[in-house]
Amino acid sequence: MQSFLKIDHVGITFDTPKGKLEILKDIKLDIAQGEVVSLIGHSGCGKSTVLNIVAGLLRASEGGVLLEEREVTEPGPDRAVVFQQHSLLPWLTVYDNVRLAVDQVFGRTKTRKERDEWTRHNLALVHMEHALERRPHEISGGMKQRVGIARALAMEPKVLLMDEPFGALDSLTRTHMQDSLMEIQARLNNTVVLITHDVDEAVLLSDRIVMMTNGPSATIGQVLDVDLLRPRDRLALAEEPTYHHYRAEVVKFLHERHDKPRLVSSNPPQQEPRALPLAANG
Amino acid sequence: MAATNLTTKTFALPWLARALDWLSGSGIDRIAGGLAHALLLPLLGIGIFLLLWSAGAAQVQTSLGQLPGPAQVWEQGQRLWAEHRAERGREAAFSERLDERYEKAVAAGRSAEDLAKIRARRYTGNPTFVDQIWTSLITVATGFLLASIIAIPIGIVCGMNAAFYAAMNPLIQIFKPVSPLAWLPLVTLIVSALYVTDDPLVSKSFLTSAITVTLCCLWPTIINTTVGVATVDKDLMNVSRVLRLGWFKQTVKIILPSAMPMIFTGMRLSLGIGWMVLIAAEMLAQNPGLGKFVWDEFQNGSSNSLARIMVAVLVIGFIGFLLDRGMLMLQRRFSWDKDAILR
Ligand SMILES: Nc1ncnc2c1ncn2[C@@H]1O[C@H](COP(=O)(O)OP(=O)(O)OP(=O)(O)O)[C@@H](O)[C@H]1O
Ligand SMILES: [Mg+2]
Repeated sequence: MQSFLKIDHVGITFDTPKGKLEILKDIKLDIAQGEVVSLIGHSGCGKSTVLNIVAGLLRASEGGVLLEEREVTEPGPDRAVVFQQHSLLPWLTVYDNVRLAVDQVFGRTKTRKERDEWTRHNLALVHMEHALERRPHEISGGMKQRVGIARALAMEPKVLLMDEPFGALDSLTRTHMQDSLMEIQARLNNTVVLITHDVDEAVLLSDRIVMMTNGPSATIGQVLDVDLLRPRDRLALAEEPTYHHYRAEVVKFLHERHDKPRLVSSNPPQQEPRALPLAANG
Repeated sequence: MAATNLTTKTFALPWLARALDWLSGSGIDRIAGGLAHALLLPLLGIGIFLLLWSAGAAQVQTSLGQLPGPAQVWEQGQRLWAEHRAERGREAAFSERLDERYEKAVAAGRSAEDLAKIRARRYTGNPTFVDQIWTSLITVATGFLLASIIAIPIGIVCGMNAAFYAAMNPLIQIFKPVSPLAWLPLVTLIVSALYVTDDPLVSKSFLTSAITVTLCCLWPTIINTTVGVATVDKDLMNVSRVLRLGWFKQTVKIILPSAMPMIFTGMRLSLGIGWMVLIAAEMLAQNPGLGKFVWDEFQNGSSNSLARIMVAVLVIGFIGFLLDRGMLMLQRRFSWDKDAILR
C-alpha cells in the first residue's frame, strides 16, 4: 500500500555564521490517511523544522515529502498549519480571519452564501460562533487557538499540521481543546501531525508517537504505536494499565536515553556544532 | 507587538478611560491619580507657569519695552481677533458697495466690458492674523499630503525590496538631516524657473513653502513605512504563504494592515516636523502665513509687538498640538492598532 503522506529520508542543513549545521538527518515516516501522529522530542531538536518541511515552508536539503505521491514543493492550503502563536491577523475579526482562508480556498468553487455558511460552520465546530465580530486582542488565548484551528479546518486540508497548538494554554483550557480536537478528528477523519512537549497529550491524542533524538543531526529515535480504543476518555484511560505503559515508554525515551546532562534550550546545543567540511558541498 | 499591549483593553468604560487619557496625556498613572491626574494637575501646571511668567516678565526690559506678561498677551489676542472682525466688516461693506455699483451700471445700460471690470474688482486689505493662520494651515496640509503621497509608496517598495532599499538608503540618510532653511533658496529658485504661467492657480510663495514642507516631511514617513513593511510578523507571512495569497492580495491583506501603525507613526512625525518647518520657511522667505506675521511684528517694533508675537507663539504651539491629536484620532479610526499610546 502506498502511504498517504510520506516523509522520505529528509535531512536539512542550515548555513550559520559558524558554518554548516546539520539539524535533521534521515527522517523517514509513512503516515496513513486519518492517522494522528505526534512528534515529541527535546526542545530545539528540530520538530518545528520537520513540520515546516512538510508544510512546504522550508525546503529539505536531502530527501523530500510526498503527499498522495506528489512532491511537496511549496506551502499550500492542502497542508493547513496551526501555528504555536495562533497567528491570527490582528486587524481582522474572528469571522474575517476564517473567511479570508475560505475565500482563498473556495473562491471559485463555492458561492458567496456557501462560503459564509462554511465559515460559520467551522467556527461553530470549535464553539466560537458567539464571538464572530470580536478581534483577536479581545478574546482569550484558548479562543484564539480555537479560531486558528477553525481557520485550518475550513481549508479542508488533506493534512492538518499543528505546532504545539496547546502549548501556550493553561491546563484546563488545554484539556478542553484536546477533547474538542479528538471529537472533530473523529468526525472528519483528518490526518493530523502534531508537535507536543506533553507526554500525556501525545498518548491521549495519537495513533503513533514519533520520538526524536537530540540534535544536531536529529532523527527518529523510536516510534510507538498507541493501541488504545477510540473514542478515548481521559478519565477511563487513567485507570488503564496500557495507557501507563505507553506513557512510561515515552518518558523513558525522553529522560533516560536522551536526556544528556546539558541545558535544554531552543538554541543550538552547547556542544560543538558539527561543522561539515565545506568541500562536501562543492 | 501592540496587539499584546495589555494596559489599555476594552474592559469597563473605554470611552471614559480614553477621555481621561486625552486630558492628562497619559494613561499610566490613571489608577493612582484619577481625577487629580486628569484635570487638577494639568491645570496646576498651567497656573504655575503663568505665575512664573508674569513674575519673570516684569523683570525684563527689552528695546521694545517691558516683556509682556500673560495679561498683555491675552489683551493682544483679543485685539487681533477684533482687528480680524473689523477687516471682515470692511470687506463685507466693500462687496456690498460693489454690488450696488454693478446694479446701477446694469440699470444705466453700460457695456459688457465695463461690467466685467467692475465685477473683477477685489478687496485688497491686509491679511489679518486669522487669515495668516489659515494660509499656514492650508500650506502645511498641502505639503504634508504631497509628502505622504510620495513617501508611502516609496516606503512600501523599500520595505518589500531589499535591493531598492539599498539603493535608496544613502539618499534618505543624506537628505533627511538637511534643514528647511537650506532647501528654501533652492526651492525658491527652482519654482521661479519652472512655474511660469500667466494665470497662476496658486501663488509662487505658496508653492515654495509647501514644497519646502514636503521635502522635510518625506523622510520620517519613508523610514517608518519601510520598517513597518519590512518587519511584518514572520508567522503572518507564513499564513499568507500557506493560503497562497497572490502578490497583490498579500500586500493589501497582510503587509499594509500590518504596517499601518508604523505608517501612521511616520506620518505623525512628519506632520510635526512639517509644521515647524513651515513657520521657519515663511519667516525666512517672507511667504504669507504665521511665520511672516511673526517676522512683520518683529520688524514693526511697536510697543505691542512682543505681546503679539507671543500670541502667535502660543497659537503655533496649540495648532501643532491639535494637528498631532488629529493624526492620532485618524490613526485610531483607520488603524487596527487601537492601543496606540496617546502622548
Ligand atoms: N533558519 C535557521 N538557521 C539556522 N538554524 C536554525 C534555523 N531554523 C532552525 N534552526 C535550528 O534548528 C534547530 C531546531 O529548531 P526547531 O525550531 O525545529 O526546534 P523544535 O524542536 O521545534 O524546538 P522547540 O520544541 O523549542 O520548538 C534549533 O537548534 C534551531 O536553532
Ligand atoms: Mg518548535
